[in-house]
Amino acid sequence: MTLQGWILILGFVGILLALAKPVGLWLFALYEGRRTPLHVVLGPVERGFYALAGVDPQQEQGWRRYAVHMLLFNAVLMLFTYAMLRAQGMLPGNPQHLAAVGEHLSFNTAISFTTNTNWQSYGGESTMSNLSQMLGLTIHNFLSSATGIALAFALFRGFARREAKTVGNFWADVTRITLYLLLPLCIVLTLVYIAGGVPQTLAGVVDVSTLEGAKQSILLGPVASQEAIKMLGTNGGGFFNANSAHPFENPTAFTNMVQMLSIFVLGVGLTWCFGKAVGNPRQGWAILAAMMILFLAGTSVTYWAEAAGNPVLHQLGVAGGNMEGKEVRFGIAASALFSVITTAASCGAVNAMHDSFTALGGLAPLFNMQLGEIVVGGVGAGIYGFLLFAILAVFVAGLMVGRTPEYVGKKIESREVKLAVLAIAVLPLVILGLAAISCVLQQGLAGPLNKGPHGFSEILYAFTSAVANNGSAFAGLTANTPYYNGLLGVAMWIGRFFIIVPVLAIAGSLAAKKYTPESAGSFPTTGGLWVGLLVGVILVLGGLTFLPSLALGPIADHLAMIRGQLF
Amino acid sequence: MNTDITTAVRPAIVLTILFAILLGLVYPLAMTGIGQAIFPSQANGSLVRDGGGRVIGSTVVGQAFTSDRYFQTRPSAAGKGYDGLASSGSNYGPTSQALADRVKADVARRRGEGVTAMPADLLTASGSGLDPDLSPAAALAQAPRVARVRGLPVARVAALVAPLTEDSPLGDRHVNVLALNQALDRMTRR
Repeated sequence: MTLQGWILILGFVGILLALAKPVGLWLFALYEGRRTPLHVVLGPVERGFYALAGVDPQQEQGWRRYAVHMLLFNAVLMLFTYAMLRAQGMLPGNPQHLAAVGEHLSFNTAISFTTNTNWQSYGGESTMSNLSQMLGLTIHNFLSSATGIALAFALFRGFARREAKTVGNFWADVTRITLYLLLPLCIVLTLVYIAGGVPQTLAGVVDVSTLEGAKQSILLGPVASQEAIKMLGTNGGGFFNANSAHPFENPTAFTNMVQMLSIFVLGVGLTWCFGKAVGNPRQGWAILAAMMILFLAGTSVTYWAEAAGNPVLHQLGVAGGNMEGKEVRFGIAASALFSVITTAASCGAVNAMHDSFTALGGLAPLFNMQLGEIVVGGVGAGIYGFLLFAILAVFVAGLMVGRTPEYVGKKIESREVKLAVLAIAVLPLVILGLAAISCVLQQGLAGPLNKGPHGFSEILYAFTSAVANNGSAFAGLTANTPYYNGLLGVAMWIGRFFIIVPVLAIAGSLAAKKYTPESAGSFPTTGGLWVGLLVGVILVLGGLTFLPSLALGPIADHLAMIRGQLF
Repeated sequence: MNTDITTAVRPAIVLTILFAILLGLVYPLAMTGIGQAIFPSQANGSLVRDGGGRVIGSTVVGQAFTSDRYFQTRPSAAGKGYDGLASSGSNYGPTSQALADRVKADVARRRGEGVTAMPADLLTASGSGLDPDLSPAAALAQAPRVARVRGLPVARVAALVAPLTEDSPLGDRHVNVLALNQALDRMTRR
């Protein structure tokens, strides 16, 4: 570990904290449906969309209607992309003349991008045409993240409103978030990326005669425009197979910093927006503090493990930290930091290959996802996932003092706690269930590249990533098979919508309650005690379930590594 | 519940189409136009041409250097090495026998070339398989071999590395291998 590495990590956190309020203010304006300066330009577009779609943005929806409209929209979007990928061979914008994408791969990919997972069973450069990347995939990058923020807004309204029947209008939320937040930011980010060396062209392959006289083909495409929303929307689906490790996706240490900030910036802004929405920004800061504690803990583990390196290679005479799967322009600190950010959020973009991390270096990213990606988390998904834990934490506190728990002015009763537990239980149930099945079936065991405990880690990581809607991989796993494409597709769907629907039900139930003012007996949810309780509840309720599986995977792998046992 | 569904059909379909046009076509195409106008070199892949206008590489994407006359690039798992259509890391885990075997063979080869300290990046495959850079240490470790093959003093070859080394507080110090080898060719020709 170096001083420069730590300055990078702490500097990153510092910039984020400085961005929380300004971004949160912008989000709050959208949450309230207020006018922004951008309405001058984009207002007519918004109104045109409503007119053509027959939407009245003023018409409020109850949680059931909000949920049904969200589900139907996502279903239509998914079918759109599935149809497009199946028809790829017949469509224009295909300079490489790639054939149609296969059935199970199209199924997996359409779900993957709809659910904000962006798990990629394919290598982008050899599978997707320019048109598929733009029209079939980029659109989901915008709309799945807009859906996530919309759901967070609905839950915020549940906490903020008093004796109300409604939680907002889904169509208005999605349209406003896309037009006034995601699109303008992406225009700026695209230009930053192009300036840094990310291609943006409709051309395809360029033939190169290298200095040594060999032939090399390099692929160009509309990369920068996709890169911008890929990071900002915590999607993570790369234009190329190597994702943000590819020099065309992430050419410099500066673009790397911009990408890391993009992943977290909206999630951090949403914590502030939540505090403002419930009338006390300190509520938001408390959440952010708990997130940052968990984040710095994970980063420290991975940075330490990667900087210490692999003793197996040291034995062979190699000096220094673990550089297998890492790019020189980033180095160990920026790669370790990126890996923890991308798994703390539901991004899943990678600037280094997690599969080649040391055993403990790969454990922190895996554990981040198993907690449910609530450390900042995916845009929208992170904060609503975190609030589920907040509900459980006040419930635990309530049990200890023997009072009905309250959180930000709402009594938390049996219905909310049951729904929160239901949503949180999805993760271990599906991840561990499907990973266990895959360890006994031939089709499952055919997947891993690495043998021994690391092979098990590859399977565990895949289902964790899918259910948590992350999309990063221990990419040695051969996942482009009917078995894995099918099962991971189902896992992603469950991981997204079996959590969203309980969240909306909680929003509806909270909105209907009356305001309970804070009293002397209320457990304060802003101070250090609360932050500590949150961290504890997250680790115990969210993490402990996975400890046995981690012992079989990364921890066994670590013990083998220090003994020099190879597989 | 039924009215919930029927009222959703029209906005779901219409907004899918409208957003597809806006986000899937207008946005990327407009950005392509703007990018091509403001940053034409970067938008087209930062290509490097020789005197005759032939494309010899990209400053951004790495290419294979395997000859002893050049500073060699890192091991690559992209296709058969630096395949621009198949970016990939090796994905070998820390306890992989295949990883240990590959590193062992490379260490033996480098020892044969007279390299004593083994910088990690010289012996490991990058994440993309297209890493354009080396650490200064990995470049300097190769200077004696390059100097010997080209019949140059080691000090002159080694002196190429420092001026081309890029330093950023946001990442590690690195030197672009294509730029380094171009400088090497220029020096030899002179």
